[in-house]
Amino acid sequence: MSTSIGDQGAAAAELDLAAIRAQFPVLERQVHGKPLVYFDSAATAQRPLAVIEAMDRFYRHSNANVHRGVHQLSVEASEAFEAARESARRLLNAASTREVVFTRGTTEAINLVAQSFLRPEIGPGDEILITHMEHHSNIVPWQLLCEQTGAELKVAPINQHGELMLDAFEELLSERTRLVGVVHVSNALGTINPVAEICRMARRLDIPVLVDGAQATPHLKVDVQALDCDFYCLSAHKMYGPTGIGLLWGRERHLEAMPPWQGGGEMILKVSFDGTTFNELPHKFEAGTPNIAGAIGLGAAVEFLESVDLEAVAAHEARLLATASERLLEFPGLKLIGTASAKGPVASFAIDGVHANDIGTIVDHAGVAIRTGHHCAMPAMQFFGVPATARASFGMYNTVEEIDVFIDALKTACAMLR
Amino acid sequence: MSIEAVQREIVEEFSLFDDWMDRYQYLIDLGRKLEPLTEEQMSEEHLLDGCQSRVWLIAGGDAEHLQFRANSDAAIVSGLIALLLRVYSGQPARDIVASKPKFVTEIGLSEHLSPTRANGLDAMLNAIQRHARRALAETN
Repeated sequence: MSTSIGDQGAAAAELDLAAIRAQFPVLERQVHGKPLVYFDSAATAQRPLAVIEAMDRFYRHSNANVHRGVHQLSVEASEAFEAARESARRLLNAASTREVVFTRGTTEAINLVAQSFLRPEIGPGDEILITHMEHHSNIVPWQLLCEQTGAELKVAPINQHGELMLDAFEELLSERTRLVGVVHVSNALGTINPVAEICRMARRLDIPVLVDGAQATPHLKVDVQALDCDFYCLSAHKMYGPTGIGLLWGRERHLEAMPPWQGGGEMILKVSFDGTTFNELPHKFEAGTPNIAGAIGLGAAVEFLESVDLEAVAAHEARLLATASERLLEFPGLKLIGTASAKGPVASFAIDGVHANDIGTIVDHAGVAIRTGHHCAMPAMQFFGVPATARASFGMYNTVEEIDVFIDALKTACAMLR
Repeated sequence: MSIEAVQREIVEEFSLFDDWMDRYQYLIDLGRKLEPLTEEQMSEEHLLDGCQSRVWLIAGGDAEHLQFRANSDAAIVSGLIALLLRVYSGQPARDIVASKPKFVTEIGLSEHLSPTRANGLDAMLNAIQRHARRALAETN
């Protein structure tokens, strides 16, 4: 589906918000008798009709297992599945679809790199370098690997704005560093990291860089060749696609050298009890029947993103963030957590004497969905000395009027709770 | 008053409110009236797992009159604690073990609490039951 959304011709690109909102059926519903205000897109974005219909069409029309089938449905399913891989390649400007491995999501992609790429290479005395703002998905796989191999996990510090301290990061790079893992856009703080600069620093010492891009692709144009990273991981559901599917992009030479991680069907060429010959890239990493409808949904999400003017989306989301931040700061005792100069549309905050969970519960009754808690980034929360924050995160379909509803609900919550 | 009677009383109180905002305000006010815990009582040992907000629960007394004290850093959860203490604190352990927390479903709390907060309520109920079973075992 290639419906064009947004006024791409105009010089000062303005989004046609009504047209965008009409694409998201869930936005029509009410919650507790109030129109839904969905400010939790960083946890999972809503799905446009294009994604819902692509998956529905697949199940109604061409459901079959992929690859090796000679019947018509299997051929159609395989074509749709591989077309989705091509869409994913375009999304990241990867050199080839051989570099695009479907996974269950970002978390599985990172674990795949930890266990297949790094584990054979690493031992006592070696180091893995991450940052203080990482999601648990980009912490725990490396901690497990360190326990398994005796390597050490190093953490680059952040400043009070929640920005990576680049000088300190560079100082932590050494000939012992075997991999750098860095989040592109922080889910808890919103910080956009200078990934290209980080890759340049690591490249000087020939250190591979893995980028957790889960929060980046819904908001930014990502070009893995321009970034010059080695691995890029994402989850479809953060970028308006379905849950349970994501991908690992990796440089072909790395993926070629990596042993398979999980064994099973799909990933083999020939199996006998004397031994097994593995399939080619990317299939050698896709054991078992894949999430076919999910991949097709991912492909549809990419086409949906291609149908909007991403720069206009970014400008709109930046406006939402600026408006929300300004209005939030009018609350006495409110502190924004994460005030990086380069920031994605995430407003995380804490209010003195008021627990984030209470805020979330009360504003929910005004129809406003926000997230409260540690956002799976407990070290980042610890850095700011808060156990939890309330987080309003925006997608392209949100409006300034919705921020008014949220701010009114927050005023009610504070009046009740203070 | 028996556990049953206190539960009925709470259900009646909540039926007086028309909307959930008023029920939340009532819970918040109940929570505010909880006796604060001391620094020593707010220790790791008394901290319950399974709650998004922090909940400390301290049991005392004996099997005939189990005493509970608890508090939380979150306001609505503190209100829930106030209800639980009203129902269970001072009751015999055998009655606690034999009782079901009917008021939770009857006032619609379980459907109005997010699963994470409902888990916190479950964690508190489980802890109260655990203390009651232990007190019973000690008397046998």
